[in-house]
Amino acid sequence: MAESSPRPTTIVIAALGGQGGGVLSSWIVDVAEHAGFLAQATSVPGVAQRTGTTIYYLELFPEEAATAAGRDPVLALMPVPGEVDIVVVSELVEAGRTVLRGLVTPERTTVITSSHREYSVVEKAVMGDGIVDASGVRAAVEEAAKACVVFDMAALAESTSSVISSVMFGALAGTGVLPFQREQYEQTITRSGIAVDRSLTGFAAGYAGAVGERDADAADEPPLMVVPVAVEAEALLARVEATFPVPARERIIDGMRRLADYQDLRYAAAYLDRLDGIRELDGGGEDGQYRLTAETARYLALWMSYEDAIRVADLKTRSARFERFRKEVGADPEQLVYVVEYLHPRVEEICDILPAPLGGFVMRRDGLRKLLDKVVSRGRHVPTAKLGGFLLLYMIAGLRRWRRWSYRHGREMALIDSWLGRITASASADYALAVEIARCQRLIKGYGDTHANGMKNFNAIMNVVDRIDHGANASDRIGALRDAALADEDGRALRDAISVIFE
Amino acid sequence: MAERSFAKEVQSLRLGAGEVFRGEGILGVTKALLESGVAYVGGYQGAPISHLMDVFSDARPILDELGVHFETSASEAAAAAMLAASINYPIRGAVTWKSTVGTNVASDALSNLSSAGVLGGALIILGEDYGEGASIIQERTHAFAMKSQMWLLDPRPNLRSITSAVADGFDLSEVSNTPVMLELRIRACHVYGRFDAKDNKRPAMTVQEALQSPRRDASKINLPPFTFLHEQDKVARRWPAAVDFVTRRGLNEIFDGDASDVGIILQGGMYNFVVRALELLGLSDTFGATRIPLYVLNVTYPLVEAELTRFCCDKKAVLVVEEGQPDFIAQAVSRHLNDADLRTTVVGKDVLPMAGEYTGAVVLDGVRQFVERWAPETITMAVATPPAPAESFVELQRAVPARPPGLCTGCPERPLFTAVKLLERELGPVHISADIGCHSFATLPPFNLGNTIMGYGLGLAAASAFGGSGDHRALTIMGDGGFWHNGLSSGITNAVFNDDNGVIVVVDNSYSAATGGQPVPSSKLSATGRKVRYSIQNAVKGVGVRWVRTVRTYDIAKMLATLRDAMTTRATGPKVIVAEGECQLNRQRRIKPLIAAAINDGKRVVQERFGVDADTCTGDHSCIRLSGCPSLTIRPNPDPLREDPVAYVDNSCVGCGVCGSVAHAAVLCPSFYKAQIVVNPNRWDRFLGAVRRGVIGFLQRSADRRRAVREF
Repeated sequence: MAESSPRPTTIVIAALGGQGGGVLSSWIVDVAEHAGFLAQATSVPGVAQRTGTTIYYLELFPEEAATAAGRDPVLALMPVPGEVDIVVVSELVEAGRTVLRGLVTPERTTVITSSHREYSVVEKAVMGDGIVDASGVRAAVEEAAKACVVFDMAALAESTSSVISSVMFGALAGTGVLPFQREQYEQTITRSGIAVDRSLTGFAAGYAGAVGERDADAADEPPLMVVPVAVEAEALLARVEATFPVPARERIIDGMRRLADYQDLRYAAAYLDRLDGIRELDGGGEDGQYRLTAETARYLALWMSYEDAIRVADLKTRSARFERFRKEVGADPEQLVYVVEYLHPRVEEICDILPAPLGGFVMRRDGLRKLLDKVVSRGRHVPTAKLGGFLLLYMIAGLRRWRRWSYRHGREMALIDSWLGRITASASADYALAVEIARCQRLIKGYGDTHANGMKNFNAIMNVVDRIDHGANASDRIGALRDAALADEDGRALRDAISVIFE
Repeated sequence: MAERSFAKEVQSLRLGAGEVFRGEGILGVTKALLESGVAYVGGYQGAPISHLMDVFSDARPILDELGVHFETSASEAAAAAMLAASINYPIRGAVTWKSTVGTNVASDALSNLSSAGVLGGALIILGEDYGEGASIIQERTHAFAMKSQMWLLDPRPNLRSITSAVADGFDLSEVSNTPVMLELRIRACHVYGRFDAKDNKRPAMTVQEALQSPRRDASKINLPPFTFLHEQDKVARRWPAAVDFVTRRGLNEIFDGDASDVGIILQGGMYNFVVRALELLGLSDTFGATRIPLYVLNVTYPLVEAELTRFCCDKKAVLVVEEGQPDFIAQAVSRHLNDADLRTTVVGKDVLPMAGEYTGAVVLDGVRQFVERWAPETITMAVATPPAPAESFVELQRAVPARPPGLCTGCPERPLFTAVKLLERELGPVHISADIGCHSFATLPPFNLGNTIMGYGLGLAAASAFGGSGDHRALTIMGDGGFWHNGLSSGITNAVFNDDNGVIVVVDNSYSAATGGQPVPSSKLSATGRKVRYSIQNAVKGVGVRWVRTVRTYDIAKMLATLRDAMTTRATGPKVIVAEGECQLNRQRRIKPLIAAAINDGKRVVQERFGVDADTCTGDHSCIRLSGCPSLTIRPNPDPLREDPVAYVDNSCVGCGVCGSVAHAAVLCPSFYKAQIVVNPNRWDRFLGAVRRGVIGFLQRSADRRRAVREF
């Protein structure tokens, strides 16, 4: 009895809301029905439709076997772990989730999945880096499956102006796990009658991706940019080579490049001057990686390139940016693209770029500051690709030459020096602590309140640094405080963590 | 017009005898209603039965031809009460809703209906939202059947059985003068399959014909002394009549097998799961030829005791496969076997879980345990064991983040919750009484706003204990769906009557959006295209609210100011803010074809979408925490020195502008920009474009040259 009857082919589709999992499911039903199969498909759309994952489940059964038996097969409405032939997934960690659900087994399951990531809101909302480490997911899926087809279907969908469900359908056809010919799949798309051409293009890309998986997976290496180097820059590079240890060099060169771009080559040289003091104290550390120099190099470059209105105006008016936003919105050559910036300057940002005495004068007088804030602080729409908006920002960007005399610059340099002082003070007694102090600069980022909050957290931790005993896990504790500062917006986790240290 | 168009499905409603219907289970039900000569249909939308309502809405011409009255009821209570038409007249009516939430709302009317009893068949089609992906409380409909003595059908989950159950349900209802409930699990509602169509039937009597000669029967009125007689009639006449009909029509099915000393008693809806389990254990083939006898209850209430005795009399043990709790069926079976003095052991929730969905794996495990204990001799093949989670899965578990549902791209409710977040920054945390609808998602990340959800339209009533005077006020968020469902009476009127000081935001997005975009009374058009647009503002003023404001949700600054005002004003009585913004899912569906057509015609069109400059974004993600738009995502930082991922707007952006407004209102950062793409530019556009490009390009080239000197 059980041995003799044919078994249905079982297929699971896992897709995120809006990725067309339902369309894909109905296409598979259509291609199967036209190829002489009985097809059953079901799903639980419900609320998962709105950005969650939806699982579609299909069973296909040869119609002639049913006719021969004179009865309809009893098809299941839900996959049983260990009994799934094909799993088609639209996103990498969702493929991992199908493995966790037991839907993927080495005896039977072919997994066809896109290798790209769609970040979940819990990953996106983290104040620092909340992206889960998905590096092992692909390996885990490949290990769990009988066969695996993995490539970036989202990129193919975008490059063919199609949608990911079409590419997934093509990938399914390309793997040849179902007993249908390519033409049969394509006829299904044609029969659907909606966006047929684009769907067929996406289908073809997916098919090719599955057939010659290697080609589709190889990313195009961007051509190396050859930039003529000024004499002064050569000198700086030579100085790095002569005086800084190998493990830290790349980082330092990145930092110099950033600061030269931010201000000028003299500013990059000042950066090296500051780093000299750190390098002298750095014996290389336990692992000989010169972590202190490398980490300080990273964060010092970021701090020295603090985001003021001059920097923002500079970046917003660059020719490369104009090319980039045209590309990002996918505009055709004959279309015009204008951009409107959403800026909200407050009196603080204005004073920051004024000459130090003038900026200080305003900021020290509460009444005047508040009055000016009332006048300037307002959400502004600046049309950067039109003349008025561009000239305004271009002029502000031009203030770069006078930045060293700005109100903000002096304050930032003083803060940087006191931070470097703390690093220097700890370096010989507790190398690891010095590295952690350097890393705390990560908290200072953003603009306006975000920046102020970060600064507050940074100062709170520096305060702890001044009171904490060296050794005795001091570095771990400071690292933990930094994580706590990134755990929530209202600073509660950090306050709790600090009170634990000193209780 | 709802989220999905059912033009194709509507055509399949015209199929006749000899043709094959293909489609979803719930659409099969729609067709079966017409084949059964139904005279009127009503209901309240909600997954998984929304499509039934949507198809009927789109099928007006067919319904008119047949003389069938259809309406979208204002609530499940209204739908249930509609069945009163079948009390005095021999006309068939059907209503539908999501259970058990809808059945709760309808239960007052259902009690009255089942007390009076019906002359014409009354069918209640219930979409069960139980188990994976369910959005509601996990309870059983079975209890409602038992308390009011309505019959409960739970057919095998294939289109033939489901559609037969519709026809049988009407007959059963008429024979026993009792309303009949037909419950369909969510997967059965959405299952794609086929059945042989029959011709549609005009109702034997239409509602208009009934009205021509009104009938009155005092004994059908729910007042004493008749209510006492109704109760007696239920147990003395209607119940036995139902049992008799179920037996004669053979509604329950017995599938015999050679292992005759054991058996499985199961709800019809569990049939495919049980057969698959038996198949995997080597005890059945794919066609359901089983070795273990099955007694399939396509009617789960009432039980047919004679059938039960016949099935169990030669068995030492039976397994009852009954999803949900309490285990009413197993209790009834045990009780009956005891009364009948049979020694059959009843196995049920001891090998199957008491609560939770009966998935394929769960049923397989339960059936295996039962067979191993009671019929080990039938096992001829190695019994499949579920794969044990591998060691590497622990690591995988960590790499797979939760993916909570959220508001759609461009949703008008998002800026409202951003404003509430900003309000909390000013006033501190606020007690928020949430309601049911898309806005319920605000209780999840990234907003995490909302303290309780009490039921549809009950948000304001749920905050009434906090309505007194004092420094603090509770905030209620309710949708237009909940508002018209019962929020106006149990919420607003109640608050006015009690001089409640609370603040209530009514989200007016023009649709019952969460259930698929059906119209509500404040929508522009009704389901059948009639102009409605009853004003929420007028309704609340009409019941006596003095403080009413209307704000576009996308105007975050104004919304914040209005919320602040409502939370702090000295005015007494409820403060109502109507937050207007058309559901973006439906808006896009409405305008996309229009824009595409205009572009095709060569007309000048300006399209907008948003972007983030990666080089000014510092990776703090405040914008995401304050918005959560699916199109606002992150990507690795292109800057070699920065570690935190940068924000990024992907191609699904619809240009609603919320991220820009958030950046303004929350003084976030200068990274957001709006791109305006001029498609089919005219001559003037091209001229201006050339001038701008010329001047800007000149300045940019000179800046590029200056930068080149310091680049390396």
